[in-house]
Amino acid sequence: MKRLYVLLAFILLILLVLPMFLEKYTLGIFIMIFYYAYLGQSWNILTGYTGHISLGHALYIGIGAYTSTYLAITFGLTPWVGMIAGGLVAVAVALFKGFLGFRFGLRGVYFVILTIAFAEITRLIVSHIEALGSFSGIFLDFNPSFWNFQFRGNKPYYYISLGMMVASVGVVRVLELSRIGRFMVAIREDEEAAQAVGVNSFKYSMIALSISAFMTALAGTFYANYIFYLHPNSVFGMGLSIELILRPIIGGMGTALGPIVGSFILTPLSEMSRAYFSKGGMEGLHLVLYGVLAIIVVLFMRKGILTYLAAGLNKIIRFKS
Amino acid sequence: MTLLKATNIRKQFGGLTAVNDLSFQLAKNEILGLIGPNGAGKTTVFNCLTGLLPMDAGQVHLENNTITGLRPHQICRLGMARTFQIVRPFLNISVLDNAIVGALMWEKKPAIARQLAQEIIDFVGLGPYSNELAESLPLPLRKRLELAKAMATKPKALLLDEVMAGLTPTEVDELIRLIDEVRHQGVGVLLIEHVMRGVMALSDRVIVINNGTEIAQGNPEDIVNEVCVIEAYLGKEYAGAVC
Repeated sequence: MKRLYVLLAFILLILLVLPMFLEKYTLGIFIMIFYYAYLGQSWNILTGYTGHISLGHALYIGIGAYTSTYLAITFGLTPWVGMIAGGLVAVAVALFKGFLGFRFGLRGVYFVILTIAFAEITRLIVSHIEALGSFSGIFLDFNPSFWNFQFRGNKPYYYISLGMMVASVGVVRVLELSRIGRFMVAIREDEEAAQAVGVNSFKYSMIALSISAFMTALAGTFYANYIFYLHPNSVFGMGLSIELILRPIIGGMGTALGPIVGSFILTPLSEMSRAYFSKGGMEGLHLVLYGVLAIIVVLFMRKGILTYLAAGLNKIIRFKS
Repeated sequence: MTLLKATNIRKQFGGLTAVNDLSFQLAKNEILGLIGPNGAGKTTVFNCLTGLLPMDAGQVHLENNTITGLRPHQICRLGMARTFQIVRPFLNISVLDNAIVGALMWEKKPAIARQLAQEIIDFVGLGPYSNELAESLPLPLRKRLELAKAMATKPKALLLDEVMAGLTPTEVDELIRLIDEVRHQGVGVLLIEHVMRGVMALSDRVIVINNGTEIAQGNPEDIVNEVCVIEAYLGKEYAGAVC
């Protein structure tokens, strides 16, 4: 275990000094790696650890992005505070959704449908609200300053997203060892058996959903101030909901490092193949690559790449004594 | 002193009455056997008592609390734990972690819960397997893990659903010793069992049910000779042959 921490600290150190040697485009790829790793981790808390499958997590990204942006434009509120507000709105929506889902025993595919429905309904509602830019979306003005969460160049975004990713691993690690985390895993393994040993599955499912929603919403604020453009279809869309779950699935669900490993594999693949296949009638071919990779992992590496990676590394540097 | 008291409990599945006006009491330190042929409604009784299934009528009291209509985790918190006949371990976590979940119900500190869970894992004889995934255990050991999970919640009343089924005679003896020790710790045990060796060795009293209705009650030696019990298990012809 100790050696694993040393290895991770070493990798982190490299990531900290890396921006000195990279140009803007490559930095951008790393930012997307961290961003999707963070999103995957947030989703992982609900689905990987607690076993409730969400296919509508874009809902919380959208809520985070729109809330902080709206507050910034209308009241001049700094997105640093706005992102917390967005997180709280996301928690409120999550609690309502969770109440409907968990109290009335929606499980499996029925819960999945509920998550999709919430994301889609919210997308349509936002598309019709004038104050939120309706169908044309919102363009953010570029006023770079720390206060405005807007920066010239990619380096600040790099460090913020790296910080978010590292913090998300920390949150999951703390959860894993805590009472809450152990109850979440028990619910994932067998909800009735968990209740039989005194676990209030409703309460702990709600807690897991709230943590997950809050964290996901923070990423929404980051996205808004990195891309400077919000459109209901892109931040609430089904495509994003699916995109963000692929990394933890391929990396390893229910593990603290799975979403990170998954993102380091999938995000560069996605970004580079998207650029490579962007002309000559091959647009969209990168999605085929995704599909093939997902099928390979599901067929041959059920527990995610991380498990095999760890076993392989273990032979070289021995994490476990 | 009465620990668990069920009064006229009834459960219907559509037109089928699975449990019909069943009443019984369980005291501290007592082992009460609940036997009956397959489909008699034994597991349904457990499911009603522990809140997994809503009852159609009747009352259940645990010490001074009415637990009728409470949810499973609340009933567990008040001091009644169960095992499942078809074992339900948390497969993808370690044997020790399985017991920790139960211990965390009343001990909020993970470090202390871990110690207590380890003691219980050792107590049921799973010590050597502490760090194995529950998934890797064969059935006899999974049955013990069921017992450990339930014990970790420190129950006052323990409901055991066929923990001896499918075990070798040596393993049965081992479990008999364990359950007897649990009883001597002051726990009241309600025991569903088909392995008669276990029932005879452990039970202070036995209730026999058939088609959801109590057909006999008494000490184990008398019960096995009752005509109606033999009839329920083997059919009318055999009842005549024995007597």
